[in-house]
Amino acid sequence: MAEAATASQDDLLVEVEDLSKLFDVSSPLLNRLLQGERRLLLTAVDQVSFRIPRGKTFSLVGESGCGKSTVARLVVGLHRPSGGRIVFEGVDMASLRTRAETGPLRKRLQMIFQDPYASLNPRWRVASIVAEPIRAHKLLSGRREIAARVGELLEQVGLSPADGEKFPHEFSGGQRQRISIARALASNPEFLVCDEPTSALDVSVQAQILNLMKGLQRELGLTYLFISHDLAVVYHIADYVGVMYLGRLVEWGEAKALFHQPQHPYTRMLLDAIPDLEMTGRARTPVAGEVPSPIAPPAGCHFHPRCPFAQERCRREAPKALAMAAGEVSCHAVEEGRLPPRGVAS
Amino acid sequence: MPFDHSNKALLRVDNLRIEIPGRRGTLVAVDDVSFHIGEGEVLGVVGESGAGKSLTGAAVIGLLEPPCRIAGGQIVFDGRRIDNLPYEKLRRIRGRHIGMVFQDPLTSLNPLYTVGRQLTETILTHTDMSEKGARKRAIELLQEVGIPAAERRVDQYPHEFSGGMRQRVVIALALCANPRLIIADEPTTALDVSIQAQIITLLKRLCREHGAAVMLVTHDMGVIAETADRVAVMYAGRIVEVGPVADVVLRARHPYTVGLMGSIPLVGHDVERLTQIDGAMPRLDAIPTGCAFNPRCPQAFARCRRERPELEPVGASEAACWLHGGAAERSGTDG
Repeated sequence: MAEAATASQDDLLVEVEDLSKLFDVSSPLLNRLLQGERRLLLTAVDQVSFRIPRGKTFSLVGESGCGKSTVARLVVGLHRPSGGRIVFEGVDMASLRTRAETGPLRKRLQMIFQDPYASLNPRWRVASIVAEPIRAHKLLSGRREIAARVGELLEQVGLSPADGEKFPHEFSGGQRQRISIARALASNPEFLVCDEPTSALDVSVQAQILNLMKGLQRELGLTYLFISHDLAVVYHIADYVGVMYLGRLVEWGEAKALFHQPQHPYTRMLLDAIPDLEMTGRARTPVAGEVPSPIAPPAGCHFHPRCPFAQERCRREAPKALAMAAGEVSCHAVEEGRLPPRGVAS
Repeated sequence: MPFDHSNKALLRVDNLRIEIPGRRGTLVAVDDVSFHIGEGEVLGVVGESGAGKSLTGAAVIGLLEPPCRIAGGQIVFDGRRIDNLPYEKLRRIRGRHIGMVFQDPLTSLNPLYTVGRQLTETILTHTDMSEKGARKRAIELLQEVGIPAAERRVDQYPHEFSGGMRQRVVIALALCANPRLIIADEPTTALDVSIQAQIITLLKRLCREHGAAVMLVTHDMGVIAETADRVAVMYAGRIVEVGPVADVVLRARHPYTVGLMGSIPLVGHDVERLTQIDGAMPRLDAIPTGCAFNPRCPQAFARCRRERPELEPVGASEAACWLHGGAAERSGTDG
């Protein structure tokens, strides 16, 4: 399934293989002993594999609780994987143990968070916030050099160097997100993990941030892992898209192909749920049901209780990833060729 | 008929002005806003955060939180002025005739009471049904909003419901007394896309079946395009454009609406850059003179900085913009 996957095999920046993460959600030990409860594990990420070519944007989409943010946190190292590997430029991240080993890699990889109100320290001036990665990684010494670099970074994200003297509360949401981006860029990273960077913003501000991120990518050759629940945003920014459902990657592929010819019934359902802004009067397929609890996901294919094409096999057996023209899909119905074709998305 | 400000309108808001008194002077959050909603009509109110859309909704149902206060204008519901009614009288109107759906279903439900108790309490307050009848009606309502196994779930607490199910309960609660108007403030914002689609479909169906009018306050143009009959676009406390939904969405007149529509990414549209409105909406203490949008407007000219435009008919809609209004006096622009 590897050959068909992507065209730019040769220049992969990030490879994620069979990545899993389990969280222990059991009650405290004493309660378990007294009430005879078992340990309870939640599989937040279940054997997810994808690759990101250098200079491209890979987007993970899915509804809340599907594990997309957990993948982002695993990739930057905020969580330790329960299984699988994350390979950054041929180096397995788990093999790096000491701070001296992880340091050089860490600075090439930064994260932008969803909430620009919570991710900036309210008691620090903007200049100190942006300078922190420079200081932490000892990239520059000397106050004047750091100040000059901070000014340059603020200009790069569309703020003025004088804004460095202010505190985060003096800025609007969009400007704060610009500060987060400036901070992320401070260590000259190649890879940015962005967890819903625009979902807390108004649409007109979202457009500004998306334009900025696209511009920076072109200018600096950045690679993005872009987490979002908004398919229109993903269509706009992504080169590759992965769709997650209850911890599993159900389909991934080249963005345009995936949007125009979605294979997995869940991907089709998500696309159908996008509001019709062009007022074409397109009839919407009613979407049934809700995401089940990830603590006790349905057996077999997790999507089967909501899937209009589910059969006996789907209830029993988890589907394996199947290579497609430009990606992979995990669905028995696709494999057996019993899925009706679907037209172009909206 | 878009300009039919006749007395037939179910709700009429005239020159509404909402002020927030503060230590450094009084801020005007909603300034001279007028609109009307017809019987059974869905009016969408869109705008970005701080545009005053939620305050307008809150004013209509008399739920403005102090220090916000209505400083001018009037609100007429079904031919009767309601903004100056004493609390008790207003309380009887809202709930009975005006229902509410808020953004966060958890904050509009009492966590200590079962869903059924909250529903029956509302039904008993506003109708003269018996206790038994109210419970039956509560179960019917839950079924109507698509909650499976309603007979069993009626005795459950809000925390036992998922987000989408809770929002359905809130809608059931709003429908309890068969209101003629529902104020829905960002009813789908906290929900996932697939659930959002379900809730929109549900709201649309229920309004059709019950003949209820809706004031739908949201920042999501997609939701508006799917649901509303007419749209009012708000910017910095004023309505800048109002008209039939297809006109506003497809043939926007006001440069702000044009920019707003262009900044929304669309599946199937390949653009390298999204249209971007530079800058941000002004703070309430620094609203520019003339048209509030003029510093960000690509087509602004001298008059825009001087005089404030009022809503005037343009095609099928109305827009508050010198590009369209007072064409005779227009000068110094390529239009």
